[in-house]
Amino acid sequence: MLELAVKGSKRYYGWMALLLGIAGVGFLVYLKQLDFGLGITGMSRDVSWGFYIANFTFLVGVAAGGVMVVLPYYLHDYKAYGKVTILGEFLAIASVVMCITFILVDLGQPMRVMNVLLYPSPNSVLFWDTIVLNGYLFLNLVIGWNVLEAERNGVHYQSWLKPLIYLSIPWAVSIHTVTAYLYCGLPGRGFWLTAVLAPRFLSSAFASGPALLILLCLVIRRVTNFDPGWKQIQSLAVTVAYAICINVFFLLCEVFVAFYSGIPEHMDHLIYLFAGLQGKGAYVPWMWTSMALMVTGIILLVNPITRKNELTLIVGCICVFFGCWIDKGMGMISGGFVPNPLHEVNEYIPTLMEGMITLGVYALGFFVLTILFKIAVSVKEEVRA
Amino acid sequence: MDTSRRRVLQLLGLSAAALSAPPVFNALAKDAPVAAPQIGPSKEALTARQWAMVIDTRKFKSEKDVEPLVEACHKIHNVPHWDEKRWEIKWLWATHYGHAFSGTASRRFIAEEVEHRPFLVLCNHCENPPCVRACPTKATFKRPEDGIVMMDFHRCIGCRFCMAACPFGARSFNYRDPRPGLKQTNKQFPTRMKGVVEKCSFCVERLAEGKLPACVEASEGKLAFGDLFDEKSNVRELIKTHYTIRRKVNLGTEPAVYYIV
Repeated sequence: MLELAVKGSKRYYGWMALLLGIAGVGFLVYLKQLDFGLGITGMSRDVSWGFYIANFTFLVGVAAGGVMVVLPYYLHDYKAYGKVTILGEFLAIASVVMCITFILVDLGQPMRVMNVLLYPSPNSVLFWDTIVLNGYLFLNLVIGWNVLEAERNGVHYQSWLKPLIYLSIPWAVSIHTVTAYLYCGLPGRGFWLTAVLAPRFLSSAFASGPALLILLCLVIRRVTNFDPGWKQIQSLAVTVAYAICINVFFLLCEVFVAFYSGIPEHMDHLIYLFAGLQGKGAYVPWMWTSMALMVTGIILLVNPITRKNELTLIVGCICVFFGCWIDKGMGMISGGFVPNPLHEVNEYIPTLMEGMITLGVYALGFFVLTILFKIAVSVKEEVRA
Repeated sequence: MDTSRRRVLQLLGLSAAALSAPPVFNALAKDAPVAAPQIGPSKEALTARQWAMVIDTRKFKSEKDVEPLVEACHKIHNVPHWDEKRWEIKWLWATHYGHAFSGTASRRFIAEEVEHRPFLVLCNHCENPPCVRACPTKATFKRPEDGIVMMDFHRCIGCRFCMAACPFGARSFNYRDPRPGLKQTNKQFPTRMKGVVEKCSFCVERLAEGKLPACVEASEGKLAFGDLFDEKSNVRELIKTHYTIRRKVNLGTEPAVYYIV
């Protein structure tokens, strides 16, 4: 089916060239980072994870969000999703590719990454994260590819795929649970030390992943002859609406526990993020923007009138996506590390070079995504014709 | 056809000869005995079940009392100095009481003298270290024989999970090649490379030679170092006779650095 990815219009090739260009620039900056070290980033002794890990965490969510179409289709036989399931699986693949790339660019010694497998350490959550992420990538590749190929050939997919499909559902939950465990099992990091972190990660995943999928479906509707379907988009929008409400609810639970208990170690991180601490508050405008975006998203998506209007639906999905991106990306990382264990406030501001590498990784991810979606859409067009 | 068969047979013969060569060489080599290298702990090495430190903070009046200790540590361990704060690397440093004991220290109304006293902080070589739990490659590990939490700089992949896991901020990361940041290099201790984490090691290399940690030696009695599980050790004696506190005991990591306030 790969041949479908190389047959395309001028517009398709132009888009791919643009993405490759951005990825290429990012790669050149990465070579600089490889040469100098992670000192070209804004990270420090106190904030030792930054933009890369923030985006990694967020994208694990987007990847896990794909299960919101897989589960209704395969488990509840919700036939309408037959049209979009492959898009959810392929979005998950592209997201996991970005996640793995973000981890690689974040390593101080990337050429030693195989040490994780050479000296397997089951006590480390990072070891498990490696396993679940690669496993999820593998599952989605195998399932997505074979189901699509079967559809192209007009036959039912192979029966041995069924157990893998069922496995992929809890597996999607596992990737984001394990990613949350990276943070919430650490003593002395009051912001992360909360049992609701994994559920909160999942709820924001099931909001931001399907929100992006809706936007992508609308793009596909515009630029190709394949229509993922208004009904499907509407069902996804309901999922996003519920998930974003639950996410904000979990956040408010955090706020209650921190402030009603009044324990400084838990409160100070939230104070730093939303009001500033010891005169430092670079994230204050960002965090309030995030809140405003999520609330706007809730208003637009819960209300059936605005949810059913294409324009307000688009605005709502963009709000949810970027609201979650700020909240779970930078907010989660910076909020956890500031103040530091000695209760000093040293802020983290990403550098331009760090931003360019990040943009490069996103370009790479969208390159993979475009190839996969091009194949999927071409097959769908072919089958319909 | 014939020539090719002959070639094949020739090659087979040569291969067989090559394969049989090593045992012959080995047999000949036995005539020349080579002294086997001696590897093992030195007889002078200091040993303990769990090394621990007692810091008598009463004896530290000002920064001047701290500087020689930090200097001694950073010099012998080739710890670089950077003006850029983000790249800062430190194994041993002084901070305020409120920062050293954040969470338990009173934020106001404390003895004036304590407020101005420098408090030394370093890796606590916890009995139950969260950094060791977090490391995905066992590059940081707890030595079973004496409880020292150590780093293998050559195995570390630079994921910095240990830095997130440490509740004491004891770890530093080489955000760039540390060598240009060194005024002089101690050839007895390895320099690091960019992209790896490092921290205090309780001077394992000195203990192995029967010497106390550099900071203890430089402290002129302000620091004590000994076996926590030896009832007769100097640290146990100090703990028995003085009221001591430790950093963040509520987290259950069992830090091995005790402070007399």
